[in-house]
Amino acid sequence: MKVSLRVNGKSQEIDVADPSTPLLYVLRDNLGLHGPRFGCGLGQCGACMVHVDGRATFSCVLPVTAVGDRAVTTLEGLMEGGKPNKLQQAFIDEEAAQCGYCISGMVMQAQALLNKKPNPTDDEIRRHMEPNLCRCGTHAAIMRAIKRAAVA
Amino acid sequence: MNVHLKPSRRDILKGTGALVVAFSLANRSDAFAQEAAAAGKPVTLDQVDTFLAIDDKGMVTVYSGKVDLGTGIRIGIQQIVAEELDVPLANVTTIEGDTTLTPDQGPTYGSQTIQMGGMQIRQAAATARSALLDQAAQRLGAAKDDLAVAEGVITAKSGGGRVTYAELIGGKSFMLKVDPAAQAKNPADYKIVGKPIPRRDIPEKLTGTFTYMQDFRVPGMLHGSVIRPPAIGATLQSVDESSIEDVPGVVKVVRDGNFLAVVTETEWAAVRAARELKATWSKSETLPDQAKLWEHVRSTKIVTDDVTSNIGDSAAAMATDGKKIKATYDFAIHTHGSIGPSCAVAEFKDGKLTCWSASQATHNLRKQLAMMMKMPDADVRCIYVDGAGCYGRNGHEDAAADATLLAKIMDKPVRVQWSRADEHGWDPKGPPTLIDLRANIDASGNVTAWESEFFIPQGAAGMVDLVAATLSDRPVVGKLAPGGIVNDSAIGYKFPNIKTVCHRLETTPFRPSWIRTPGRMQNTFANESFLDEIAAALKADPLELRVKYTDPADKRGLEVLDRLAKIAKWEKRASPRKDIKGNVVTGRGVSYVKYELVRTYVGVVADVEVDRTSGDVRVPKVYVVHDCGQIINPNGVRAQIEGNVIQTVSRTMKEEITFDRGMVTSLDWASYPILRFSELPELVIELIDRPTEKPWGAGEPTAALIPSAISNAIFDATGARVRSVPFKPEKVRAALRSI
Repeated sequence: MKVSLRVNGKSQEIDVADPSTPLLYVLRDNLGLHGPRFGCGLGQCGACMVHVDGRATFSCVLPVTAVGDRAVTTLEGLMEGGKPNKLQQAFIDEEAAQCGYCISGMVMQAQALLNKKPNPTDDEIRRHMEPNLCRCGTHAAIMRAIKRAAVA
Repeated sequence: MNVHLKPSRRDILKGTGALVVAFSLANRSDAFAQEAAAAGKPVTLDQVDTFLAIDDKGMVTVYSGKVDLGTGIRIGIQQIVAEELDVPLANVTTIEGDTTLTPDQGPTYGSQTIQMGGMQIRQAAATARSALLDQAAQRLGAAKDDLAVAEGVITAKSGGGRVTYAELIGGKSFMLKVDPAAQAKNPADYKIVGKPIPRRDIPEKLTGTFTYMQDFRVPGMLHGSVIRPPAIGATLQSVDESSIEDVPGVVKVVRDGNFLAVVTETEWAAVRAARELKATWSKSETLPDQAKLWEHVRSTKIVTDDVTSNIGDSAAAMATDGKKIKATYDFAIHTHGSIGPSCAVAEFKDGKLTCWSASQATHNLRKQLAMMMKMPDADVRCIYVDGAGCYGRNGHEDAAADATLLAKIMDKPVRVQWSRADEHGWDPKGPPTLIDLRANIDASGNVTAWESEFFIPQGAAGMVDLVAATLSDRPVVGKLAPGGIVNDSAIGYKFPNIKTVCHRLETTPFRPSWIRTPGRMQNTFANESFLDEIAAALKADPLELRVKYTDPADKRGLEVLDRLAKIAKWEKRASPRKDIKGNVVTGRGVSYVKYELVRTYVGVVADVEVDRTSGDVRVPKVYVVHDCGQIINPNGVRAQIEGNVIQTVSRTMKEEITFDRGMVTSLDWASYPILRFSELPELVIELIDRPTEKPWGAGEPTAALIPSAISNAIFDATGARVRSVPFKPEKVRAALRSI
């Protein structure tokens, strides 16, 4: 079946064999976007996070057919003029990634917060980032990066 | 020593560096790379060409058997080479973990990458540099010690011409043995080593342009997913293929003994088909009752005793008068818990196998895949592709075996992506560890005896059997390989009588393997907590007691403890604190190790807050002082220490697999929770850089100290001793009740 999707500002029609396919697989396999990643397929870790109409959303449990005309933004879609946006740059400057597998989700989650609240407190950042898991223990660097973007 | 500049087999590899890198990062069986393989690039540890190539543009390729598991060692190794050769760092690239192109420097584990692998590469670079200078001296008619190198250009200080590395060796072989006596650069002259140079992969990881193993594809590839038995040892009785008739894109249901898989056209089809395929299995109950795990461990047959230290006569000393202390510690079974489940791609071509994997040990993987498929090692090539964080022997090798088996059966390249349940359920586990300790204190308050017994599975590092080989009844090594888990069972404190014994058990409930700081974490937890019990019995300051029993000649160790006391503003007193009152109480604990008694020194202080009603423990702050000798990249060391602390706070406070008599039951993040942002401690880290000393590892040592530092802090705060990891609230409450 054909599914219409608006991803990173671009509308496109995609052929999907199975309507139950989660958005994540369409983004990765059909559109070649490798920002969102498969981590658990259960909405428990955040590696797959994208924005759906501005809300940080687990793309691994959202059927592509349920997206509708809502705007989907991935890590790639945060880029501004081909360059990392302020938050991405703050992560780069703080070297806030070890393996980096979780990091796309971390950025998407943090960006959703900064969009609503450009200058969050430490506690607000921690609470907001609570759904996202990191195994390498990069949390402290991630906190520094978010704060850097918030004050920058 | 001569550099052979005559045309050689290297000439086949025109423009080596760039092209091979392109292959490694690009997609597949590139003709050029096959040519390189055929040309027989050396991979033995005694050849310079094994480790280094310089092309005709002066670009340097480093061939490293050690791989970057997300730790940042890639830039560290590049810094070492750029420094030693005096070439621009930007000109250095690395090929890692390709069994055809890179040497077997051992698996990437044990905090050995810089310490061992990096130093082999440094020596190769020092040999290369010296040989190039010899050649330049001839070419320029200058004395060797009159030559200077900058940016890959050699000049005579007294004037008279210049020659570049590219002109001397570009695209050709060194044909030179690594000279163990080649003089490495004086650290006083370092310009690149020791600097916080940013990693190159991070911008790519922040923009979605980095290729992980999980992103890697080859043309014509199918997707495979394995349906695991519901219980370890269960046998497959029947499969109902009609149960997945309505899943679009199923190519084949593969059944090979107890190995059951689906192969599909798309990744999602593999996920769905594996989930929905109906199969019946025999009942199998091979696991002990989890509620009686420690009785099970204690009663498991001991096959051998490893006495890891025996000083004086501990039995006699224990028998003399004095205050006796004894305690038993245990440490739960952990899973690796990488955020990205294991993944691999395998392809057979002309009877030869290529397998792309995020394995920390591609050379071992090659041997294991060859064994499984009954092929010669030479017909198997494993190529490392970065995966999600890898902290030991996790599921990558098993995913590689799954993909290999399916690629063979399908005669097409197959990608296998493990599910979260595969990863939590089927990765090899950090084995359960049980430890008894005893000490004797004489009338004048001296510790006269220390005895410990560790109940741990037999075996060492090696090859952890592949799940697919076991399920399909193909050849396996058949030996337990839990890693070097006897390490740090012996202690460095100068007690007159010490005996430490590891009882090596015949079996352990799950396939064991090494997870970050294997054995060292469990053993140090017991040792450093029990030392605190001794301090409490003596009413001594725990940090001061560590100083008292540290060899006075061990200045570096004493400096770590001294600096730790300063940054943590350590107050000298005995634990527990005297002013415990109220529901939420605070305390601090110290822990210290000279890793494996011979390398990296670390001291840690942890602050805790304990809710005495609920048993909840928070770890608001952790201080670390770290001396790993010469620091190659302080950003890398700092990131490793942060990761060590945070990951191990998680392991200590929360982690424990659950299982019934057949199988792991903690198959997701809800049933195996790990640390979240609200539980993140503040970190204060002090690095001691010793540029003139050997570089030692930083990937593990700090982790060894976290469980004991927290246990000691809980005791300081409450007077209750928690001796069982994880420190879940119910255990803390029980300890509080037993005061």
